[in-house]
Amino acid sequence: MGRYVPNTKEEQLKMLNEIGYKDFDDLFSVIPESVRLKNLNLEEGKSELETATIISNMASKNKQYKAIYRGAGAYDHYIPSIVKQITSKEEFVTAYTPYQAEISQGILQSIFEYQTAICQLTGMDVSNACVYDGGTAAAEACAMCKDRKHSVMYVSESTDPKVVSVIKTYCFGSNTEVKMVPTKDGVTDLDKAKEMMTEGAACLYIQQPNFFGQIEDAHKAADIAHGIGAKLIMGCNPMSLGIMETPREAGADIAVGEGQPLGLPIAFGGPYVGFMACVSDMMRKIPGRIVGQTEDHDGNRAYVLTLQAREQHIRREKASSNICSNEALCAMTVSVYLAAVGKVGLEEAAHQCVNKSHYLLSELEKAGLKRVYNGEFFHEFVTTSSVPADKILAALEAKNILGGYKLSDNEILWCATEKNTKASMDEVAAIVKEVCA
Amino acid sequence: MNTPAELKYTKTHEWVKIEGNTATIGLTDFAQSELGDLVFVNLPEEGDAVTAGDVFADVESVKAVSDVNCPVTGEVAEINEEILDEPAKINEAPYEAWFIKVNNVTDTEDLMTADEYDKFCESEK
Amino acid sequence: MELIFEIGEAGRQLDIFPKCDVPEVKLNANLRKQELHLPHVSEQELSRHYTKLAKRTHGVNDGFYPLGSCTMKYNPKIDEEMAVLQGFTGVHPLAPVEATQGCLEVMETLQKDLAEIAGMDAVTLQPAAGAHGEFTGLLLIKAYHESRNDMKRNKIIVPDSAHGTNPASAVMAGFEVINIPSDDKGCVDLDGLRAAVGEDTAGLMLTNPNTVGVFDKNILEITKIVHDAGGLCYYDGANLNAVMGQCRPGDMGFDVLHINLHKTFATPHGGGGPGSGPVGCKAFLKEFLPGFTAVKNGDAYDKHYAANTIGNVRTMAGNFLVMVKALTYITTLGKEGIKEASSNAVLNANYMRVKLSKTYHMAYPVTCMHEFVMTLEEEHKQINIAAMDIAKAMLDYGIHPPTMYFPLIVHEALMVEPTETETKEEMDHVINVLKEIHDKAESDPDYIRNSPHTTVISRPDEVKAARTPVVAYEF
Repeated sequence: MGRYVPNTKEEQLKMLNEIGYKDFDDLFSVIPESVRLKNLNLEEGKSELETATIISNMASKNKQYKAIYRGAGAYDHYIPSIVKQITSKEEFVTAYTPYQAEISQGILQSIFEYQTAICQLTGMDVSNACVYDGGTAAAEACAMCKDRKHSVMYVSESTDPKVVSVIKTYCFGSNTEVKMVPTKDGVTDLDKAKEMMTEGAACLYIQQPNFFGQIEDAHKAADIAHGIGAKLIMGCNPMSLGIMETPREAGADIAVGEGQPLGLPIAFGGPYVGFMACVSDMMRKIPGRIVGQTEDHDGNRAYVLTLQAREQHIRREKASSNICSNEALCAMTVSVYLAAVGKVGLEEAAHQCVNKSHYLLSELEKAGLKRVYNGEFFHEFVTTSSVPADKILAALEAKNILGGYKLSDNEILWCATEKNTKASMDEVAAIVKEVCA
Repeated sequence: MNTPAELKYTKTHEWVKIEGNTATIGLTDFAQSELGDLVFVNLPEEGDAVTAGDVFADVESVKAVSDVNCPVTGEVAEINEEILDEPAKINEAPYEAWFIKVNNVTDTEDLMTADEYDKFCESEK
Repeated sequence: MELIFEIGEAGRQLDIFPKCDVPEVKLNANLRKQELHLPHVSEQELSRHYTKLAKRTHGVNDGFYPLGSCTMKYNPKIDEEMAVLQGFTGVHPLAPVEATQGCLEVMETLQKDLAEIAGMDAVTLQPAAGAHGEFTGLLLIKAYHESRNDMKRNKIIVPDSAHGTNPASAVMAGFEVINIPSDDKGCVDLDGLRAAVGEDTAGLMLTNPNTVGVFDKNILEITKIVHDAGGLCYYDGANLNAVMGQCRPGDMGFDVLHINLHKTFATPHGGGGPGSGPVGCKAFLKEFLPGFTAVKNGDAYDKHYAANTIGNVRTMAGNFLVMVKALTYITTLGKEGIKEASSNAVLNANYMRVKLSKTYHMAYPVTCMHEFVMTLEEEHKQINIAAMDIAKAMLDYGIHPPTMYFPLIVHEALMVEPTETETKEEMDHVINVLKEIHDKAESDPDYIRNSPHTTVISRPDEVKAARTPVVAYEF
């Protein structure tokens, strides 16, 4: 088909001849005959209508649930229409990285606004232009803490295991030691952390709220990390930051997290966006692009990519990270989402997450499930039951509801957001009650 | 180009002032003008060992990063915090904006005099 | 123009959320005291703000975009439409396999197609971008050597013409980087390579065509030298658009590669991302792949986790919606379209190269692949016009400049990649513009040095930005 090549076969041949080539074979004669491909084993090209049918058919094979009670790292929140409309403007969708500032002020300003919003959410001084996702943000944050004298990473076991896995994979690369701090009653065992962390500790990583939905004692974590000369990294759910104390207030040096809850669809895992923010002392250690404000030669306010000499295209093997492409359009999505809901809306969404998850818990308890941990939680909690988790989830599945995430044979991690209605939660409780009976 | 006669120089464009057992080290006027406006400096820590000919610091302009080599061997006694805050000083007054002071100095044999360095820069152009 | 934080009025907002229909719960501890400044705007203000920003952004449809090494081809609309289908966007990544058959089919089909195009045996779609793919591929190499207890292989050879991500990725993967010089054609210096390889060689990272747009015809010899020394060969797929359907990295002796879906397979760049950097490998590296790969068992799709996996390079499956776009693109083009795309990418580049060589100096005056590099070194010396000045002058014509100052082995470089989706008329126009700029640079160099003259800002002060960083709005 080759349908996006505008020039006709005749034009192509004319151009070839005009610049001294007989045909395409002649043009490609530099490729050794022995590696020239005889047959590319793909299907023939399709018309747009055929392609649309093929791909739409695939989409329709996925189950569409009427309600989702699963989080565990991907959260089903409402996405305002304006968010989707703005971020599908073709200038934003198709532009490259804004290296040419004069014709990229739109993208650059949008990133500057994103950085500002992330600093506001986290209470930090500096945000980068984003990284791939929450997991890579966590791994990059750990790398920021490493220097000649501090090289061991301490990561709480109450962290999302998927995030831990990314940290460990990155540390496998850089030959860095990772030590897991155990949990106690569903939160980080900070006394144990204090015992474990010794001279040479680079950081303590905790997740807030943690993987089990529980709220960690971040102040104590900060004291322990700082006491031994290490940094505190907090992986935060940004939806919670509208009402919960900021990582800065808790004493963290670096705040990271998965930006997906703020306007991005769950979309089978991506694209998402990892946010990273830190105190000003660590500004030069933060990886990836940063947009800065400056002036043009006529004194107008202008934005540029700045502190670029930290980055791979200049520092090459001495760069602290290899990141080049990031998730700029997803960062813009976060920015538009935050502008659309505003402070009041973000607080409202966060409150509704708290209210609804607590309502869900109380109804599930009445239905026969037991909460596993005590202590406060944001919008996720863990239950256990004598009935196997599989049986509960299957019963919900049969009613077209995606239940919580199975942690073990009998344990389920539930999540509720502003999207879940009372009526739907009552239905969940009724189904669970029937299974437990 | 300014090349003070009382200093010694390297082929990688560092200057060094040796006083007894101590050396003060910086970037030459020629180097700063070739590099353009400097925006950041990475310095070693006090107590670090440095070796003649090895990289001990780097300087950043907007679009480039360049290594700075140590003219002598020794131990870092002091770093100039001022250029960390204001790297522009290296452009403005390269022979005042020193990078580090080094103690227990050895390996000073290969250094050039001001005249030799001027000639060397001429040949580099 | 104003920032979103500088417009609107306290109290203005959109009405997004319904009233809460369950009892209120108050959390006791850890509440936010720090003030939170977010925009307070109406929907109309928000909408217009971003329309203004869009007008200050140059997208692929705003004109010619010959950004070398970035493959700024046209982004088909059907790809976008498929990626916003609710059947894809509404799928929870941790939903049961039975409920996500469509997503797994997208992944399995794309893995197969990419493996075929690259000449590899297996593909992971988890990496989120090209550099992320490099890191992943290098971890596969590391895991391979470690699995054979060959612990001394800790060096990665990288030509001095390589993308900056190559050495940076190698260091992140725990390797030491050995830079080797290029020959006078910008290709790998075989003697230099022979001298560099040894018992400590973990592998070589290479892109072919290389970063000056030239196909290294010694490629089989190069990969053989590395293999003979016990190293593996990594292919940087940034330039795959030149050769897809013509030849395959797997057939050239490469063991592992990454592919940039956002370059070669027409998924848009989003102002810097999301991209997607799938990694393909030969069968012997399959056991180390990260995340899960989608597999087909009979009529059903499933997730497969590799036995000796390096772990996860990010959470979840990868940038799934980008995969949907790439699969839509490949389905549309098919076997003949893939080859026609690369054929015309190379034709268009050579057309511009030949036509422009009357005015500009080519760094390497030979047949190029999908891009070519001009050098303004002469002009810089003679009339003090730098590559940057030519680039900035192009802005006044509504043309995005080529990549500047890369690769590092060419002084005053401008790297031009027209891509296959440009018409002959557009290229003729740009060729004329570049001639006009060159003439003007000779007759009125100050005018060019002060370019651009018509953009919303003139050249920004980057030194000020770096010396006194302001990276967030202060309230």
